[in-house]
Amino acid sequence: MKILVPVKRVVDANVKVRVKSDGSGVELANVKMAINPFDEIAVEEAVRLKEAGKATEVVAVSCGPAACQDVLRSALGIGADRGLLIATDAELQPLAVARLLAAVAQREMPQLVILGKQAIDDDCNQTGQMLAALLGWPQATFASRVQAEGEHVVVTRDVDGGTETLRLPLPAVVTADLRLNEPRFVSLPNLMKAKKKPLETVAASEFGVDVAPRWRTLRVAEPPSRQSGVLVEDAAELVRRLRHDAQVI
Amino acid sequence: MTALVIAEHDHASLQAGTLHTITAARACADDVHVLVAGRDCAGAAQQAAHLAGVAKVLVADAPVLADQLAEDVAEQAIALAEEGRYTHVLAPASAWGKSLLPRVAARLGAGQLSEVTKVIASDIFERPIYAGNAVATVQSLDTVKVLTVRAVNFDPVVSTSGDVAEVQAIEAVAGFGKTVLLSRERIASERPELASARVVVAGGRGLGSAENFRLLEPLADALDAALGASRAAVDAGFVANDLQVGQTGKIVAPDLYLAIGISGAIQHLAGMTGSRVIVAINKDAEAPIFGVADYGIVGDLFEVVPQLLAALREAQRGQAA
Repeated sequence: MKILVPVKRVVDANVKVRVKSDGSGVELANVKMAINPFDEIAVEEAVRLKEAGKATEVVAVSCGPAACQDVLRSALGIGADRGLLIATDAELQPLAVARLLAAVAQREMPQLVILGKQAIDDDCNQTGQMLAALLGWPQATFASRVQAEGEHVVVTRDVDGGTETLRLPLPAVVTADLRLNEPRFVSLPNLMKAKKKPLETVAASEFGVDVAPRWRTLRVAEPPSRQSGVLVEDAAELVRRLRHDAQVI
Repeated sequence: MTALVIAEHDHASLQAGTLHTITAARACADDVHVLVAGRDCAGAAQQAAHLAGVAKVLVADAPVLADQLAEDVAEQAIALAEEGRYTHVLAPASAWGKSLLPRVAARLGAGQLSEVTKVIASDIFERPIYAGNAVATVQSLDTVKVLTVRAVNFDPVVSTSGDVAEVQAIEAVAGFGKTVLLSRERIASERPELASARVVVAGGRGLGSAENFRLLEPLADALDAALGASRAAVDAGFVANDLQVGQTGKIVAPDLYLAIGISGAIQHLAGMTGSRVIVAINKDAEAPIFGVADYGIVGDLFEVVPQLLAALREAQRGQAA
């Protein structure tokens, strides 16, 4: 089984993002970038499936500018076999990425695509579902457990108020949630080895798909802030305040 | 302009998120139609027909829709949307809506605006990005605008005693037919549901262990509250994942939110700062949670929580007397 793992380059999860003063977006200059954490979980899961003898090859793919090679190298460091950069400097929204990935899937013919449930920059949570719909494949979002069983994959997923388990015939799309696994620490030797793994670049334009934006960002602002309240002495005063001032109990 | 709301329901009745989504739909368009796709779902359809502002309820009733799998419900919604009557297609930004709606958008060749928090115009919306650290105002360029709606930012639509909407049966389309539901595990709880509770008692890493986390249960009982948790508490294994409040968990906006032993990481704040009144109990006076709290107690939660429970019970006795 060949597994395709799409990965996105995003602002590192530990960076506190700042909104630009002109409201045009968030400050990205000189900000540390990294592989989207949910995609890192997806790469880890794919590599574990390979290590368990369930998968034969793990291909990482990223769409975007040349800098996305860094996150492909991160995926290769975890254990992906090769990387594929779909190169473009255009702004890519989820539908455009899904269309590019669908074209890649038609070329690579993977049996399974695993990707993060959402990217931590635009928080869209769409690409996996869109990709599955465009390919006419079944999907399992928010996966917390993935078992490959012959021509099927059995996925336990986190839903509101509990979990559910689905069986999907391959090929299929799975999106990774937090609980799926804890990605390994990539050692320096593995990172060095990753530099020797193949990394191919293909221009996005070669796929001939429409990647035009579907929306325009008019303005980006700080979220409304709450005023800090008061410190109270003890529990009795808190109960008094909640009852008489705030009237919530 | 007519908006189509894809109803989330359990066949007998509508899920609360659907009621909030209809309010958002009314802000987008003049007319609102509701699609109830299910199995033996007359109960949910009748409830929808009695909601204010709903002009028509379309009911697709078929065995294939019994399990409410994203692929099957999406096929039904796509068939309706492709008739070209609708300017907007909306679903709640629940696990269910998030799974299904991007399939609809992709097949329509439309983008999707996720977790919309405000409707400014029929094509202009606000939505949070970067875990709620920024709010984007976006203008859709699509003929059919596809949106998931963050329930807590819109009031639920009320039932009307007046006009009842037409309920029209529509032909159920063939299901997707590939995905099979093997099992569904609901975490049974006597408490109100986290996402819609009036009071939430949430614990964090400060509780220290799964055993200590249970200290919050009598407090939640006394307040008829749902229990919640920070991601740190979930990651440490104190409680199950479905109690997680935050950007990657549940978004809540109760009347009263008690954050106990929660430092207030931005990821957590993104999930609860819409609450009306926030109380923080933490031993670290510098914890960011105090920056958003209306009332704070700096102290050891293992002393404060029992005192709070005692004070609450005393006040409740006083009220009962």
